[in-house]
Amino acid sequence: MTEAAVSVEDVSKRFRMYRERNQSLKAALMRGKRATFEEFWALRDVSFEIPEGSTFGLIGDNGSGKSTLLKCVARILQPDMGRVVTRGRVAALLELGSGFHPELSGRENVYLNGSILGMRRKELEAKFDEIVDFSGIESFIDQPVKNYSSGMYVRLGFAIAINIDPDILLVDEILAVGDAAFQQKCMDKFADFRKAGKTVVIVSHAMGSLRSMCDHAAWLKKGHLVEVGTTAQTVDDYVDATHVERAPVAVAAKSTHQPDDGSRWGSGEATITGVELLGADGAQHTRFRTGDLVTVRLEYDFTERIEQPVFGLSITTLEGAYLWGFNSRDGECVPDTLEGKGSIEMTVPAIMLQPGTFEVTASIIDFTCTHTFDYLRNCVRFDMDRGVPRESGGPVALGGSWGNLQRVDRVGVPGAAVEGRS
Amino acid sequence: MSITSDLWASREILSNLTMREVRGKYKRSILGQAWSLLNPIASLAIYTVVFGFVLKATPPPGEPSGIDVFTLWLACALLPWNFFAATMMGGMNALLGNANLVQKVYFPRYTLVVSNMLASLVTFGFELLVLAAIAVILGSQIWIWIPLVLVFVALLALFGLGIGLMLSIANVYFRDTAQFVGIFLQMWFYATPIVYPVTLIAATQAEWAAKGRDFPLLWFYQLNPMERFVQIFRDLLYDNRLPPWGDMAYCVGAAAVSMALGSWVFSRYQGRIAEEL
Repeated sequence: MTEAAVSVEDVSKRFRMYRERNQSLKAALMRGKRATFEEFWALRDVSFEIPEGSTFGLIGDNGSGKSTLLKCVARILQPDMGRVVTRGRVAALLELGSGFHPELSGRENVYLNGSILGMRRKELEAKFDEIVDFSGIESFIDQPVKNYSSGMYVRLGFAIAINIDPDILLVDEILAVGDAAFQQKCMDKFADFRKAGKTVVIVSHAMGSLRSMCDHAAWLKKGHLVEVGTTAQTVDDYVDATHVERAPVAVAAKSTHQPDDGSRWGSGEATITGVELLGADGAQHTRFRTGDLVTVRLEYDFTERIEQPVFGLSITTLEGAYLWGFNSRDGECVPDTLEGKGSIEMTVPAIMLQPGTFEVTASIIDFTCTHTFDYLRNCVRFDMDRGVPRESGGPVALGGSWGNLQRVDRVGVPGAAVEGRS
Repeated sequence: MSITSDLWASREILSNLTMREVRGKYKRSILGQAWSLLNPIASLAIYTVVFGFVLKATPPPGEPSGIDVFTLWLACALLPWNFFAATMMGGMNALLGNANLVQKVYFPRYTLVVSNMLASLVTFGFELLVLAAIAVILGSQIWIWIPLVLVFVALLALFGLGIGLMLSIANVYFRDTAQFVGIFLQMWFYATPIVYPVTLIAATQAEWAAKGRDFPLLWFYQLNPMERFVQIFRDLLYDNRLPPWGDMAYCVGAAAVSMALGSWVFSRYQGRIAEEL
């Protein structure tokens, strides 16, 4: 086992919740004490070690003490009990550009902020060009930072923090910095950082990126440590435990047809009055596992007789990537005519989506697929958890398998085939 | 961990924070750094008119320098006082004013208070240079006293810093500290022989004694360390004489006590600053 870069030993942190935040001397003298307050433990007896060179995730619900713990590691807060031992220089990316003086130029602020973060002048001089280059604001470096846009401000702050070469980097949900190009630069920098064997501690709610970035994780719940271990295991357990069913999306009746609302349109002779996702038990769910049976049930209301109507369904990722589409014409289930109310179901025997959040779009169109009676974009949202098959990333699972490893020895003669997977 | 090695380790951050204070203070004002001289000149002018001409305060001429210029006499005490007040008030606001920094980054917290003192010291240094030049033009022989002046500038800085350290913590826990100190500082100003000579106090005591009220007014009056500091600066710069040994020892003691108390209070309470802000 490598040595711990950070060891958290029985750390407890207590906060005072003031009933009336009265910081006046009068109140103190009148009552003989400062103010009435309730104590609450933001962290209670938390102990774990973060191995050197690991990328470590802190997960938990809001208010579980993740950020408090991060601040204790960063020495901004002092634990009331226990201690945090860190080995090496710690840099915290809690709020970028805090400590910039608005009237001073970018250049002056680089030196100021760098020294606050613990850099020597010589190091800063050596790194200065790199910092400015990384931030991408060369032409503004001698302007006072108050003239900077918020993006430039944060970019310069990030560039300083990431370039001070810490041994331990603490990150609190800051990857949403700047434009896509800058984010890519940040991710590259993180990757270099990890390759260099530095330790990174990340607090995040984005389970997907945690899964792909971290190797270890700790799960906090109301200040207590629930679990610490490999990221895959911890994140899975966390997601399982916080199994939240989404509130079903009520589909508006046709009377509320709003043509200006981009999420619903159509001529309205036939409308969708309900979209439900049903599990294998026949009950409504919004959370499934990879490989589960899923049935989509559409309820409709036809105000007039329509010949050969076609029902359509599609699934997109939250980011809007179109993953799948299937209509009842291709599914060979088209009635000759339809009128009145009713429902139709589309069943997927094993849903091949990887963990993430997805949206369903439903529609009713005519047989030629040229006329739209009703179109409901992103009317139902659902979440996927890990199931079987278990694959590594991306939105879709393809049910692949690894095997048939062929070894070729150095002189190029095929060797014996090795069974890659038992 | 000794204080000096700690200070040495954070010299970079101290110098940068000090630069921030000095450069940031007058940025975007047309006169810029000139304000740091114009401000004391203006208050010197006001006090000269009010106390020199209207109230006719007549300090004894410099002994042995023989100088008799009210404004110079005033400046020799007012400038050190201004430095002390700036160190104390600035130190008091150093933590609260940098709340965003304290809550987001770890660095030695006392550097905020110390750098504030250093920034005031830079201003005071310029003022002293100008004051010394004028004193020399008016016939003051300050040359041999320069080392002692520097020693007492340092002692005054430590005295103010110690109080600043205490007040900076107090101000985090009780926001009224700033208001309270504002009033207290005014009282302190007039309880120190800056705009009037200390002989007035001695005269009052004699008057009382004549009426049969024996009260050691001067003794109490001289408990105020700033009285000693101000008198010492006057002795050195205006009168060109060696200050009484008792006064000098008193100043050393005051600076030591202030720093001891200040650093004790600060190190004891600094841990919770980030959450109390």
